[in-house]
Amino acid sequence: MSSADSSTDTTEEAPVAETDEAREALLARLSDELGDALVGSHLVAGDDLWIRIARDSWLESARLLRTDLGFAYFSFLSAIDWMPSPYGRSMESQVDLSLEDAASADPEPTEQGVAGGDTRFQILARVNDVSSHLGITLKADVPDDDLSISSWIDVYPGVNWHERECWEMFGIEFSGHSNLEHLYLPGAFEGHPMRKDYPLLARHVKPWPGIVDVEAMPDDGDGEGES
Amino acid sequence: MMTLAELAYWQSTSLRVVGGLAAVLLMAGTLVYLHLFKLVSFMQSRLGPMETGPYGSLQLLAEVGKFLQKEDIFPRKADRFVFAAAPFVVLMSTFLLVVVVPGGPDAWFIDSDLGIYLAMAVSSVSVIGILMAGWGSANKYSLMGGLRATGQLIAYELPLILAVVGVVIQAGTMNMQGIVLAQADGEIFGWGAIGNPFILTQFVGLAVFLIAMQAELTQSPFDMPVAESELVTGYMTEYSGMRFLLFFIGEFATAGVFSAIAAVLFLGGWYVPGIDSDSNAFNVIGPLVMLGKVVFVSFLVFWARFTFPRFREDQLQRLAWKFLIPIALVNIVATGILKVAF
Amino acid sequence: MTDVSDRQKLSYIAAQAADARVNLEIESEGMTLNLGPQHPATHGTLRIIARLDGEQVIKADPVMGYMHRGYEKLTEVRSYPQVTALVNRIDWLGSFANEVPFILAAEKLMEVEAPPRAQWIRTILFEMSRIANVVLFLGDMAVQVGAVTPVFFAFRDREHILNQMEAVTGGRFHPNFDRIGGLKDDLPKGWVDETQQVMKKMRRFCDEIETLVMGNEIFQARTRGIGIIPADVGLSYGLSGANIRGSGVDYDLRRDNPCGLVHDQIDWKVWTHPDGDSFSRFWVRLQEVRESTLMVDQLLSDIPAGPIMAKVPKIIKVPAGEAYVETENPLGAMGYYVVSKGDLVPFRVKIRSASFSNVSITPWLLQGVYVPDIITILGSLYFILGDIDR
Repeated sequence: MSSADSSTDTTEEAPVAETDEAREALLARLSDELGDALVGSHLVAGDDLWIRIARDSWLESARLLRTDLGFAYFSFLSAIDWMPSPYGRSMESQVDLSLEDAASADPEPTEQGVAGGDTRFQILARVNDVSSHLGITLKADVPDDDLSISSWIDVYPGVNWHERECWEMFGIEFSGHSNLEHLYLPGAFEGHPMRKDYPLLARHVKPWPGIVDVEAMPDDGDGEGES
Repeated sequence: MMTLAELAYWQSTSLRVVGGLAAVLLMAGTLVYLHLFKLVSFMQSRLGPMETGPYGSLQLLAEVGKFLQKEDIFPRKADRFVFAAAPFVVLMSTFLLVVVVPGGPDAWFIDSDLGIYLAMAVSSVSVIGILMAGWGSANKYSLMGGLRATGQLIAYELPLILAVVGVVIQAGTMNMQGIVLAQADGEIFGWGAIGNPFILTQFVGLAVFLIAMQAELTQSPFDMPVAESELVTGYMTEYSGMRFLLFFIGEFATAGVFSAIAAVLFLGGWYVPGIDSDSNAFNVIGPLVMLGKVVFVSFLVFWARFTFPRFREDQLQRLAWKFLIPIALVNIVATGILKVAF
Repeated sequence: MTDVSDRQKLSYIAAQAADARVNLEIESEGMTLNLGPQHPATHGTLRIIARLDGEQVIKADPVMGYMHRGYEKLTEVRSYPQVTALVNRIDWLGSFANEVPFILAAEKLMEVEAPPRAQWIRTILFEMSRIANVVLFLGDMAVQVGAVTPVFFAFRDREHILNQMEAVTGGRFHPNFDRIGGLKDDLPKGWVDETQQVMKKMRRFCDEIETLVMGNEIFQARTRGIGIIPADVGLSYGLSGANIRGSGVDYDLRRDNPCGLVHDQIDWKVWTHPDGDSFSRFWVRLQEVRESTLMVDQLLSDIPAGPIMAKVPKIIKVPAGEAYVETENPLGAMGYYVVSKGDLVPFRVKIRSASFSNVSITPWLLQGVYVPDIITILGSLYFILGDIDR
């Protein structure tokens, strides 16, 4: 029986500085190749790398990553709706805002996460390099008035279902995707459930009581874990 | 003692009907209990039915009662007559098969010189029933199952018959009684202490026969037509209640009858060494000996069934046409040469 | 779709040519076969609409969503500790492994590290849920190919693992045991010895499967050369776990991206198989179960002493930030992209589940195969519906 195998490096703990160099080199390479299209970036030393791409260069950056930089492994694609939920934002409030109150509530400011952002919706995708074990998270702003971005399907065929899911959940069009139909939801479903302004009806039918039943941590005397 | 032939026609016919029913149903029941309920359970580290009767021995009656109570469902677009008739056609083939199997020197249903030839001919009738079921169900899975079954049964009919030819050459007769007696009274190159059970001289034929029989019974590894993880039991998908029960009985009774034919052809039928083959005792112990041999052969069938994965359709066709048929043909030639030489 | 490997192309052309010769006179229209949503081969409610020519698949189109529960939306109204109860139900056969990446992501954002003992026990339970999960695959694959007996052996021996899981966590299927900063409880007394015995049983089970199923000629005839996934295609579809290692890609997150689990402190190896067919995926999984039992043995032999919980506040608020943590779960790479805004609840959680990507290759993979091979290929890809539909 044929098998190619390799043992793990049990001794070698990847030194933080080295990985950093790899990521910094990668980031430098990306900013060289992409130029102005690289709108923002965020690097956590020894951990992860985020880059934000201009919408028009979304497809080229994928092509660059796959063909030139060896990021052959497509991990996932999705989107983020950065608008704070109009129905109350956490469990700090004893009861969530009901549907009627939602409109009158003061909208909270929209804040984008790492690598910045200008728009409510951001595309989020991740690709990996299986030989250097680096991963990179890509983001792209999608403006509200034109919710569309070019499809990656020619570069990473596996993006097919991810883009369909993203389309039905967020309502973002993928130009170049020939088969944007519902993946999870029934064909006649209206609305885009993952948008923050789409109400989670179960929560409004039976509002959450808020934080009332805090379970004590194990071996807990004073609200802090045992040391 | 009067033999069957000396009775009046109505008497002998009634005896044959009762005997045939008993042979089919008792054999099917025995095999279901011994093999499907118990053997398989033990293989799969289970106990099998334990509650109904001692060691679950009455489970079968409970199952029959359950099936009889179930609604007899016809799919809306089914061809009603064909759909309804199919299980009976399959079961009919089993009943026709059982009549050629002898149970003792005088305990037989028919004593035809064409015995094994008749058996091979009527065994093909079940193909029609299966095709009817597959077509009449108006279900794509059933249709595919029916077509696969037809292709498979026709392909394996040939090695089955060719495997029998070796036995027929050696016995010099197609009469089932004659084949038993040929084994009882035969000699292996002059040594006749245990007769000549053809398992010893026709072992190639036996192997081909058992493999082809497994395929004729559509048991694993040749169960592509019923493939429950794929076609959801193929041609039986739409059947429920009584009609499913008929298929079920047919499946196990046919397994029993084919095992009986294998026992007659290769294991000496109702004969056991040590007792004179003309002895009247065989009319009593013969059926029991047969049952024992049937249980043994069908044990092999069910052992294989619950152990092996299944062949794909093209692979099992290849096995039939490229391996079994050439081997069976070589066996026939070798048997013929040896028969003439010795 | 794009790149078809030469081998697949050739086999497809050969099959087409053979069919063309046969069908020269009996020109037939295709037939549409609907497998599922209720079908024994679909492990739940996946539906595959297959356009057939004879028994050959022209086009296969998976339809899912029959079990979509909207976990990504639900996490936005659950506090961080509550999320683990939800994500337990994603891959319901290896539930504990679902909790781990989420907890690790939350810990990363909070900059909390679980004490070594907790990390160690986490890794043990993580590997045990892999065994519990993949053992069932080994039996189930035999059922897909038509042998009904091995699955009973699988259920019989999985019971030992579930009993051990229950002894620690109190739950057989959905432990909900992992906590931010550590674990809920310590190991019960005598558990280590019992588990070592169980690992011996699991190795015996692997030997049994190796001879009963994998060594069987019919099984090999049904799986070898069937459903070949070339490495580059597999990568671009985001296949992970044994599916990608079965295509010869030496990529295992336990070794290549160890975060929070202690796989880098023990001695083990990553198994790959170069063929990329259904058989190689089965082979890799079998070796991985065996490797996992050895890993658990090693882990059990030196569990460090110490606390099982780090200092974490009673009410967990996760600081604002984004983190993606991916671990090598039983079904493949499972990751959580957690976006926090400093609240009690996550702002957005993207769940990257392994089966979703693994199954997304089926339209490409099923082209030109025969109906019986649909079943073996789906079986060998090994998906859990909850992991596709989330």
